[in-house]
Parts: sequence; C-alpha cells; structure tokens
Amino acid sequence: MRWVGRPLPRYEDPVLLQGRGRYAADLAQGARILRFVRSPVARGRILAVNAPPEVPIVTVAVLGDVKPICPRLDRPDYVAVAQPILARDRVTYVGEPIAAVIADTAAEAEDLAEQVTVEIEAETPVVTLDQALAPGAPLVHDMAAENTLIDARFETSDVAAAFSAAHQVVEFTFTSGRQAAAPLEARGAVAAFDPATGRVTLSASTQMPHLLRTGIADALGIPESELRVIAPEVGGGFGQKMALIPEYVVAVWAARHFACTVAWIEDRLENLTASFHARDQRLHLRGAFDADGRLLAIDTDVLCNVGAYSNFPATCGVEPLMALADMPGPYQVPEYGARARGVASNTCPMAPYRGVSRPVITAAMERLMDCAAARLGLDALEIRRRNVITEFPHTSVTGVVHDPGSYREAMEAAARVVDFAQFRARQQKARADGRWLGLGMSVFAERTGPGTPTFAARRMVITPGFERVELVMDPSGFLEARIGSSPHGQGLKTTLAQLIADEIGVAPDEIRVIAGDTDRCPYGWGTFASRSLVIAGGACKLAAATLRERLQAVASQILEAAASDIEISDGRAFVRGTDLGVEMRQLARAAYHQSHRFPAIAETGLSAVGTYDPYGTFSNACHVAIVAVDIATGQVEIERFVVVEDAGRLINPMIVEGQIHGGVAQGIANALYEKVVYDDGGNISTGSLADYLVPTMAEIPKLEIHHLETLTEASVTGAKGVGEGGTIGAPAAVLNAVSDALAPFGVGIFEMPITPQRILQLLREAGCETQ
Amino acid sequence: MKPVSFRYFAPRTVDDALDLLATHGEEGKILAGGQSLVPAMNFRLARPTSLIDINRIDALDYVREGGGELRIGALARHARFEAPVTGGALSALLPQVARHIGHLPIRSRGTFCGSIAHADPASEWCLLAATLDAELVVVSRRGQRSLRPNEYFITALTTTLEPDELLTEIRLPLLDDNWRTGFSEFSRRAGDFALAMGAAFLRFEDGRIVEARIGVGGATDRPSRIAAAETVLTGTDGGPGVRHAAGNIAAETIDPLEDIHSSAPYRRDLVRAMVGRALDQALTR
Amino acid sequence: MSERQNVTFTVNGEKRVIRVEPRRSLADALREDCGLTGTHLGCEHGVCGACTVLLDDQPVRSCLMFAVQAEGTRVRTVEGLADGDKLHPLQQAFWDHHGLQCGFCTPGFLMLAVSILELDPDIAEPELREALSSNLCRCTGYQNILKSVLAAAAEMRK
Repeated sequence: MRWVGRPLPRYEDPVLLQGRGRYAADLAQGARILRFVRSPVARGRILAVNAPPEVPIVTVAVLGDVKPICPRLDRPDYVAVAQPILARDRVTYVGEPIAAVIADTAAEAEDLAEQVTVEIEAETPVVTLDQALAPGAPLVHDMAAENTLIDARFETSDVAAAFSAAHQVVEFTFTSGRQAAAPLEARGAVAAFDPATGRVTLSASTQMPHLLRTGIADALGIPESELRVIAPEVGGGFGQKMALIPEYVVAVWAARHFACTVAWIEDRLENLTASFHARDQRLHLRGAFDADGRLLAIDTDVLCNVGAYSNFPATCGVEPLMALADMPGPYQVPEYGARARGVASNTCPMAPYRGVSRPVITAAMERLMDCAAARLGLDALEIRRRNVITEFPHTSVTGVVHDPGSYREAMEAAARVVDFAQFRARQQKARADGRWLGLGMSVFAERTGPGTPTFAARRMVITPGFERVELVMDPSGFLEARIGSSPHGQGLKTTLAQLIADEIGVAPDEIRVIAGDTDRCPYGWGTFASRSLVIAGGACKLAAATLRERLQAVASQILEAAASDIEISDGRAFVRGTDLGVEMRQLARAAYHQSHRFPAIAETGLSAVGTYDPYGTFSNACHVAIVAVDIATGQVEIERFVVVEDAGRLINPMIVEGQIHGGVAQGIANALYEKVVYDDGGNISTGSLADYLVPTMAEIPKLEIHHLETLTEASVTGAKGVGEGGTIGAPAAVLNAVSDALAPFGVGIFEMPITPQRILQLLREAGCETQ
Repeated sequence: MKPVSFRYFAPRTVDDALDLLATHGEEGKILAGGQSLVPAMNFRLARPTSLIDINRIDALDYVREGGGELRIGALARHARFEAPVTGGALSALLPQVARHIGHLPIRSRGTFCGSIAHADPASEWCLLAATLDAELVVVSRRGQRSLRPNEYFITALTTTLEPDELLTEIRLPLLDDNWRTGFSEFSRRAGDFALAMGAAFLRFEDGRIVEARIGVGGATDRPSRIAAAETVLTGTDGGPGVRHAAGNIAAETIDPLEDIHSSAPYRRDLVRAMVGRALDQALTR
Repeated sequence: MSERQNVTFTVNGEKRVIRVEPRRSLADALREDCGLTGTHLGCEHGVCGACTVLLDDQPVRSCLMFAVQAEGTRVRTVEGLADGDKLHPLQQAFWDHHGLQCGFCTPGFLMLAVSILELDPDIAEPELREALSSNLCRCTGYQNILKSVLAAAAEMRK
C-alpha cells in the first residue's frame, strides 16, 4: 500500500469538525484576563499614565528588568531599533501597548482599561512613505537617518550599458496597498504558572513555538527551560503569528509575577489595527528590452513602509531584501540594478504575510512583460517564451540557484487549458457590445523550503532553516514523530504521516505526529516560507529511512535472515519471497523487552533522528484570469481562474489543492479588495471586517487547478513547497486581466488593490465617457 | 470587545415597553434585531445603560394588509420578506430587496422597523419607506403620532423619534399591477452596506408613465426621492433615452456622502448606474 | 456590573440553567458558562459568522445576541451535530472533501449549512453560494466548503 500521492482525508479533522479543537481562547477558562491600554495617538511623548487606586496597572516601570525586542541583521546597511515591551517615554504608533490591566473576565478587563488615562503630548506623525522620506521629516527613531532602517543595493557591472543599448525601455511605478493577514483566529495566549515547578506553560497562537520560547526567555532574562511553549490548535497565521510580540512577554511575566494563569485574547479591532501589517510598498521598475523582446536588464527602486518597529525574527528587512534578491523571478535577466529600502513610519509594524514581497514583485514583473509585449507587438505568451528560464540549474544574477522546474511548460499548459484564441474572438465581439472582457496571466517561481544557507545569505543573526525530526516506535509498534515545524491548518500531521508510512512500510494511522510543544519537540523554526513539507518532510524521510534500517536489523535477528532480505510492508516485516514474517507489534515488543538480543540497535533502540537543511527548491505555476469589467461602476468580476502548478511530488494532492485555493483567494483579495487605510493622523479607518474587505464566497470564483510534476534532487522527498504560490501569482494575473480589459481605453493598472472607484477615475483621466 | 454593563428589561406588552421608555429612554435603547445595535455596543461606540428588549412582545410580530396599506409590525424580521407577503407590485419587489439585506443570519434577527428606527443611510427599507412615502406609526405614553419620511429622517442615524417613543408600525401603500418596479444596489462584497441604491416605481396607463417615484439611498445621508428625475419620466413611455436622463439627473442632484469606500464623484457615478438599472428593470421585466 | 440573572434554555437537547450578566453574549455563555467552546469568536461585530448557531431553528450570529435573550429557546451548536460516534453528513462531507484547514471557521459554517439545508434541502448551487457567502474563511478559498455542502446535500436527500 502506497500512501504518498493519495488524497487521504486528514487525521486532524474529526476533532475540529466536532468543535473539540482547543484554540488559545478555549484554554482561557478560569484564567485572569489581561487587557492592554494602547496608544490613541500615532506619535508623541508620554507624560503620565494614571489609574484610580483600585485599578492596579502594569507599566514598563512595573515590569522591571525586561529587555526590548531588538532583532538584528549582520549587515551595515541595517539599523537595529529596539521595541520596548511596554512604551516608556514615547509612543510610535496607534495601538502601541502602554500599560496592562488584569481582571477576572474580559468584560471587566475592558472596563478597567477604560479607567486608565494616558497623557500624551501628541506630535505630527509620519504615516506614508513620502512623509517618512521627506527632507527634514521627523524621525521615528533617532538612530535611523531618513527613517530608513535598511538600505540594500545590488548592481551588476553593465546595467547602464544595457539600458543604453535597449530597443525599448518600459518603466512605471507600481504601488501595493497595505495588507492585514486577518486570520480568522486573532492572536492570543494563556500563560499558566505551575507552583510545583515554578515553570510557566504558554499556550500561544503562534507559528514558531521554539523561537517564541527563546525570544520570551531572552526578554525576561530567564533560562529557556523555565518556559514551555505550546502551540495548540492555531486558527490560521499566514505569517502574522511568526513573530515575538510584547503581549506574549507580558503574559508570561504576569503569570510569574502573580503566580497564576493569565490569558490575553486579542480582539478583532486589535488584530486589524495593532498586530502586524504587510506589503505597504512602492517600487519603480525599468526593463530594457531588445528588438526581439528579450530582457537585457532590469532596474528597480523598492520602498517598503515597514511601520514603527522591526519584527523578530524575520526583521523589517524581510520584504525589501526578498524584493532585491528575487525581482528577476522566473526570467533570464543578464544585468540587474536594484535598491531596496525599509522605511519606518508611525504605523503598525510589518511582519511577513504569505508570499511576503513576491506578490508585489511578481505583479510588477508581469505588468512589465505585458507592457513590453504591447509595445513590441508581441503577444503575452510569446514575450514570456523568449524570457523565461528553461535550462536548469539556473543561477540568477543575484546568485539564487533555481533547481529544475517547468516555468515554460506550465505556461504552455495553461494556454492549452484556456483557449487564448477563442477568448480573443469572444473579447472582440463583447467589445462591440460594450462589454469589457480581459485575460491576464502570470508566470512565477516560488522559493520554498529555504534552509539555513538561504537565510544566512540575508545575514540574519538568527538563521532559521534546518528541521530535525525524532522518530520513535513504542512497544506497541506505534510510531511517534516529533517535529520542530508547527502547523496552523496545513494538514502537516497527515502528510508527514503519509511520508513516514511509505518510507517504513506501515499505515499512516499508526503514526502520531507531535508538533508545537517545546517540551516534547526538537528545536525547530516553525511553519513559514512554504517550508514544512520540504524541510520537515525531508527530515521525516531521512529519519524514517534510518529507523527502517534499525527495524530491519531487529527483524533479521528475529527471522534469522540477512537484513538486506527483510522487507517491511503493511505493518509487517518479512523475508522477501517467503511467508516468514513478524508483525510490527511483536517486533517492537521484542526490541524493548528483549533488548539483549539486538546489539545492533543498542545505542538508539527503535528510534532515529533525521535532520534536513536544504538550500531550498523552486516550485512554479502559471495563473490565468479572465475578467469582465463593468465600466459604469468599475466592478470587476472574475469569470474564470486557472492555475497550472508544479510542486514536484504531491504527497497529498487534496491538501496541495487546498493550499492553492486559499492562496489564490488571498491573492484575489489583494488584487481587488483588501487595503488597510490610515488617515493623516495615523489612525486606521479600516478597523473592522466591514471595512477591511476580506472576500466572501461570492467574490471568489471557481478555481481550476492543473498539475505538472518536476522531480528534483533539491528536495529529498521530491516535494516542493506550495503554501504561498496562490498569493504570489494571483494578483498579477488579475491585474493583467483588468489591464487587458481596459486596454482599448488606454488604461493600464499599476497598483493593487485596484478598486472600482479607481477604475472609473483612471478611465476618466484617459478621457473616456463611462456612461 | 465586550459592551459596557446595562440594565436589561424584557417587557411583554407595548404598554410596559412605553413605561420603560418613559423612564429609561434618554440613556437607554430599544433592542429588536440587534444586528446594528449590538456591534456598536461591542465596539463600545454605543453605551446604553438600559436595554429594553421588545422581542417578547408578540403583539408586534405581524405583517398584514388593511386600508389599502401593508402594515408591518415592529417585530417583523427581514427574513419574513424573502417570500411574498402581499400581492401586486410589491409581491416580487420586497423579496428582491430583502435578499440584499446583509446575510441570511442577519435577516433571521433584524427587523424592518428596526432598520427604519436606526436610519443607516445604507438601509434598503429606509429607501423604500422614503420612496413610497410610508407612514410611520410612533407611540409613547404621551400618545400616538404618524410621521412621513420627510418629517422623520434628519441625517445619518438621526431621526425625529423622541427618546420615549417606539416605532410600532410602518405602513406601505399597496401597489396594483399597473405599477412596474425596479431596485438596484451596489456594494463591494455580497451583503455589504450599499454604497448606492436606486428604487424605481412607475405607474403606467396606456403605455405611458402617469406617476413616477424614484428614490436614491446609500449615497446620501438619508434616502430621498428625486423629484426632477420623476418629472422627466412622467408622461413618457420610459424609453432608454429618458431613463438615461433620469439617472444623470439623480447623480447630479444628490449631495453625496464621502468615506473610505467612496469619494463624492464616485458615488454620483454609482447613483447614475443604480437608478438607470432600477429603471431598466422596471421597463424590461 | 449589573445583577446576574438566571437563563434557562435548551442546548443540543439538554436543559441548561446559567447565571449571567445581561451583557454576556450568547456566544460567551455557550463557550464559558456551558463549556461548549466549539462556537468561536472571530470578530464580535457580526461579519465573520464563526459564532453561528441555530436558535429555534434559525441561524443567528451568537456574538450579536445576549444570553438573556435566549431564555426559553432551543439552541443547537456544533457539539450537537454528531450522533454519538456517527458524524453528521455535513461533518462527514467536510472531512471527505477537505472542507477545512485550520478549522476555526468550521463550526460556524457547519451550523450555517445545517440551517440552509433545513430551509431548502434542494437548494441550487447559485443560491447555495449566496447563502454560504454569509461566513468568512481565510484558509480554504471556499472551493471545498461549497463542494462539501453540495455533497452533503445530495447525501441527505437520499
């Protein structure tokens, strides 16, 4: 029985379907409730924090010797800034925590928090990129000149020459509106103090339990062994829960200080305004093309509004540095010049959000391709044919190595699925009837499963990457795999069980995957960067291969045959070509209780450790969107959306498709709906889900997914990561489609989200009568 | 996001409710559907110290015809209107409009009269009430009075309802089959607050429009009829040219709202489109 | 703080008596006073629908009702869907068709779907899409939620 490749229903599901999953808020029964008093202004000097005598408050003074959050990059173009756990002298964004109160219920805690008054001498904030970079602008942090926290550059030797020699230069400014990850479960944690041991167990909605333990222990100045961090059921993360946050530090501090159980459960207003944002970017892009439409060079200047602080551990450099390294994308770019900056402002800090910078740079490059194609009289497919990487391995101009992929094949397959010629005929006819249809595509490569080599290249001081898996068979023959990765909805426990099952020869329901508990699991990095199946999966496979050898050694002893003649299948070890065998259960019992018979496994018993730390592997896809634009209202309807993707070997195709569905939905949201809006005072106008437009089922069309499979040695399981692809490619396809629909009016789209109002404005500016 | 504390009352008769309103009406609120009030309370933007829950007053739960009118009691929920509640031109129109109100679970609880009492600019029923010149029956311990929409709507979320008054009934005129109707709404997502709505009621005689009621909502601080659009339609056959003109007039006449979802010029564009589409429906279906 | 008052109601067929402040939401009462944490809070302002339960057979957003309003009513939550070990057809369909990922929105969608199919067991796909647009999901992109409900509806019509 082979398990890899089967759409196995998930082991995670029955508990969740019956409402028995325990998320952070479900663990807060009986806990004292922590509520934060947050800054009402974006910038200013704190003069006083007052509370009635019967309302005890926790301020930074009360916290005592608690260290700020100060992530570092080992590079001179980065300025490290320190984020206090509670604001001391100044506030730097609306929502910044200043103090905390504790009560028996959430309602009472809100009542108490309202009684705390903060006197702040407000100052004019810098909110936008332009305000932050304006000459003489007030500094968010004194040590960061021009409010620039990171200023990275890259240039090959002949960029200027390439532009001079170009037949066509296409250039534009592309803007990405600020996004909020908005997982359905906001953040939250329960910190339980155990008087018997003095330890605190923090059950936290997080994607990175081990790093959280390290970060909180550092902040509080305690040994890591004093703290246990557990990620219970986590209701989505998308990167927003990939960070150390002051609220969790205070929760642990309070549990220790008051020797009780303390819970902080974030509400939606806090989550939309004061958690983490992402993708507030503006970039200028120039592409130099020869007469045949081949890229000679690209040049880009990327600005990222990273908010008031730098998130730990990714840092505020994550968006600009990714843009810098990966702008060329799936294309052959011989010469490249780039500058990428992270600019501070008096707004909510940024953290990586599914896709990070890739949705933006992909949208920009795909718009570049379509614009160049129009300029040169080529069609969208042809210009990409002439530029896409087809030979592997390919080392990009920035030194990124692309392992084998199907960048061109995916595109050709998409063109077959969506009959482009037929669409063009339909589009022509529709135009004659005053209906505006458009087709847009995007081709992209997604860097997945990056190990320490990749993060080290970014000069992170904390270099994530490896995953270690401890695999143990207990005396009943049941397997337990303890992993350092930490799922938040991806079905990792099912897919890893499928991998291990195949590798050893047992059924997946005889395998339990343990994740998210720092007391039980080996140190790992969590779930982000589309890494878990690649890296944790690779480690599982390696550990399982080793364990299988140990099982074969035991079986060979029991069955008196050579280990090389032992096969394991369907939970039974047997001598190949015979009926002679032993059930796993008996084998395991013997190994534990008659260990003297098995000197070969004396050191390890029935256990194995696997460690995997790959360079990473590129998955790829082509997205095609067909839209209809109503030029009376600006409304965009997506008629059809097709994905042809290549994620190598699909361990569980159903789960892979689920990841693509979710990613594409967020990508469509990014393209058409979602934007965090700040006013000039640094206050958020989109503080509810009525105003921050997370799409419903009505806004997301049926998605058609097709698969290619390119196997590569870059991933020991053959699987490539797939978690972020949907978000990366979808906005570009939608923006290109809307641009195609409006091409007859001379309107092209260089921003996201592109709203109905903006479409009408662009049409008007182009001199068009819309009604 | 938990509300501030309040005293809770659940009267079983209108008289009991009125007594409570007389005492607590200033700092208290009526709780009917709660689909608008409770979110505001959870954000602590609304902070009533008393809630008078009228959901137990069975006598207010009715929709009935009488005296040429459709009489809608204070507890009639939006969901009730998803199927026809009357004949004539309102038979198909009310369900068409009801489908746009929020989502299914909101319609389970929210009430027609509650929507009028709340007076959100994006309220579909407020638009219908204004366009059809509905009669609003308002009672207090001081007595009963009737209001017409132009005496009732002041601005967004603000009406002439006194703190001790309860809106107990709305009366819509019954419309016979000589009336043709249309309704169109624009929102960003399914179920969202309307950024603009158009409602068209056209009475025909011998193929010509003898009476026109054109209403715009969602785009202004309160719903209103567009008299100039009605004039341009009256006496015509309602062809595309005059429909287009009516849409333009509506767009130019209104004083549009501005917010993060829509600028003033964009709201005008939407009004033009929604009025146009409402008229198209009235003429072509 | 206001005086607590008794609320007597039926939850998943079982009579419950709880003592709560008037401002206690039905969602919080189910979660904390009844210990049924399957109903989740995603926004507390009536947009996401994660808190959806059935009250006297109607789908309602339990974050927008106060527990005191539930006096004398019959409430159904996700915990009452399965029949012992046997999953409700909707639960089974969501499992078979990967209709959930993180699971946080799932109880709300299940209860919404129960009410939709009770109101109209033969509901056509376009109307079903519209009805299911009541709730938000951030993980699945909605594809498999629709697929699951359609599959369950077909199964339940047998």
